[in-house]
Amino acid sequence: MELSQRHHEYWRKNLVITAILLGIWFLVTFVEGWYARELNAVTFLGFPLGFYMSAQGSLAIYVAIIGFYAWYTGKLDKEYNVDEGDLG
Amino acid sequence: MSSFSHSAFNSQLKKYYSFYTGGFLLFLVTLAIAEQMGMSRQWIGYSFLFATIALYAGIGIMSRTAEVSEYYVAGRRVPAFFNGMATGADWMSAASFIGMAGTLFLAGFDGLAFVMGWTGGYCLVALFLAPYLRKFGQFTIPDFLGARYGGNIIRTIGIIAAITCSFVYVVAQIYGVGLITSRFTGLEFGIGVFVGLGGILVCSMLGGMKAVTWTQVAQYIILIIAYLTPVVWLGMKHTGIPVPQFAYGITLQKVGELEKKINSDPKELEVRKIFKDRADSANAALKDPAKAYADGQAAAAKRVADLKAANAPADQVTAAEKALAAYPKDEAAAKAQWNKDKGLAARAAPVRSHADPYPGKDEAARFTAKLNFLGIVFCMMFGTAALPHILMRYYTTPSVQQARVSVFWSLFFIFLLYFTAPCLAVLAKYDMFTNLVGSQFATLPAWAAAWAKVDPTLLNITDFNKDGIVQWAEVVIGGDLIVLATPEIAGLPYVVSGLVAAGGLAAALSTADGLLLTIANALSHDLYYKMIDPSASTAKRVTISKSLLIVVAITAAYVTSLKPGDILFLVGAAFSLAASAFFPPLVLGVFWKRANKWGAIIGMIAGLSVCVYYMMRTYPFFTNMGVPKMDLWFGLNPISAGVFGLPIGLLTIVVVSLLTKAPDKETQELVEHVRYPHLRGDNVVSEAT
Repeated sequence: MELSQRHHEYWRKNLVITAILLGIWFLVTFVEGWYARELNAVTFLGFPLGFYMSAQGSLAIYVAIIGFYAWYTGKLDKEYNVDEGDLG
Repeated sequence: MSSFSHSAFNSQLKKYYSFYTGGFLLFLVTLAIAEQMGMSRQWIGYSFLFATIALYAGIGIMSRTAEVSEYYVAGRRVPAFFNGMATGADWMSAASFIGMAGTLFLAGFDGLAFVMGWTGGYCLVALFLAPYLRKFGQFTIPDFLGARYGGNIIRTIGIIAAITCSFVYVVAQIYGVGLITSRFTGLEFGIGVFVGLGGILVCSMLGGMKAVTWTQVAQYIILIIAYLTPVVWLGMKHTGIPVPQFAYGITLQKVGELEKKINSDPKELEVRKIFKDRADSANAALKDPAKAYADGQAAAAKRVADLKAANAPADQVTAAEKALAAYPKDEAAAKAQWNKDKGLAARAAPVRSHADPYPGKDEAARFTAKLNFLGIVFCMMFGTAALPHILMRYYTTPSVQQARVSVFWSLFFIFLLYFTAPCLAVLAKYDMFTNLVGSQFATLPAWAAAWAKVDPTLLNITDFNKDGIVQWAEVVIGGDLIVLATPEIAGLPYVVSGLVAAGGLAAALSTADGLLLTIANALSHDLYYKMIDPSASTAKRVTISKSLLIVVAITAAYVTSLKPGDILFLVGAAFSLAASAFFPPLVLGVFWKRANKWGAIIGMIAGLSVCVYYMMRTYPFFTNMGVPKMDLWFGLNPISAGVFGLPIGLLTIVVVSLLTKAPDKETQELVEHVRYPHLRGDNVVSEAT
């Protein structure tokens, strides 16, 4: 079938949110890992920050990224009328 | 299926599993009371082993099916929450449950590469794969490759890659099953393997994905209770609150202070000097072994003669005679001893700081350690997002939205264990630094005395400087000890140790279930039905799959019984291979319409080849067999071969696709079809029933 302008817009928005969340993922994984030694100079909740992020902080952010993505795209589906109705 | 109500099903499931959890807790309490009344440890072990395996088999029997859609994808009605739990159990293997905390205990910060890699990978699953695979809605991962890129070549490569990484992984699981059953019940390793395998087969054979799913949910509940219970207790002991995950920062600081104390303690330095001297003299001896052997023997004989001549006390003479008798029989034996002593150099090194990332003797060594950390994170993440037994789970939800939500629940349930493991490592270290170090050899803590006697590979304490007091340098710990001994360290009754064993068993069995099913499905569905006999009846397809399960399981058990080398490397290799082979074609298949058949075929082969090539040329197992050895690229270890394989695979797909003609309109419509959860007026039907 031919996709409408609305459909293309939906996909664009999906790509944008994917890119943003991927950026955050990259930041708390690789940038954080690269500077772990430097971050350890900071103390957070009694932990050295570099250790805290790798052991707990980044993990919690991963959970949040996925949770937000599911919530946001679910809303987007309805807005652009590509949702699955009752099943969703 | 119109009369089927998803919400009613969901609430029914919640009721069942609440009853089940209550029942399991009641079972625990009953056993705890029985222990107080004198039930033996062996019988507690048996009770856990047989009760849980009977339970899993029971769920298998209740969920038996011969229907294709039930068998392959559990009827596509697994609610997000429960699919999350099942994925959690599917995901967390014996290595996660038993090995992870130990790795963190031994490696400190650098072990966190696995914690990050094995959780962050789910971001990639959520953003790039799960919703689109669910919309595509077939049965296996090669299905997607076959439909998107067309033809049997790509499907065949997919089958080979899926079977290779799943098989490597399943061997590690069956090994874990054998280890746990033999340790906690005293059954022989081989028998342990077959008891466990029996449980796996009854379940997956009778009900396929449907039975495996509901069993995995049950297994998750057991494994998380088993992991958290002892940690909560140990946390209460050292931090005073029942959720030590949030409060162990203070404990970590104390560990840091104790590390400093250990590194400057004169007694510790004395022990480390003993190791250094031994290693040095071994190195010197190895330069001219023949002479050193003769000299050493002559010196020992001379000492006996001298003592006798000087009329020394009898006990000194006996000791010298003993030393002479214990002297290696020949040069080869002496050489073996010296090579062992050479390794003591490692124990002469000061304690590494637990929280300190990337230790190394200079800036260059620290940089290489950093690259290797990030390399492992990279491979574990992309491997997670490419392992077929995990991706397959997202075919089983009722809808695309449920698939997205179920990735969230998956990671949430995995997170519960993975953010506890680093905490457990720190608590265990603190406990050992305070209660074990400095204690008298005559009055070791009860758990240490017991474990050192049971298994010296897990715990070995020897009084090297003969002062009767334990120095940290005198303790050797095997990683698996941490989880296995935590209940005793925390001072809990034996029933909790049985619970931990049951948890480890649940972790190993659930992962093995998912993997075996993946392999059998690749053979029966992708190879037999899609390529050899497309007219096969549904009954025949399911029967073939069930028979293949037995064949694959027995083959895997046989390979396990050969005890192939380094399990951790095998697991790492499976991730690197999966990342290099599957990630590029799957993701480009959804996000880039222009990706075509030849791009995918050559890209998959290129990614896999680079990955295999790097491992073959750098991993000692292969280079010792005669493969010419080469230098590491950027100092990256063979486990991280995916760092090279994945980008090359990706690049090759792009270049080759652009050089060949664009995919046809039908394929482009399929891509559009998977991008939208529900396209009104869409005439592409990809979902199999």
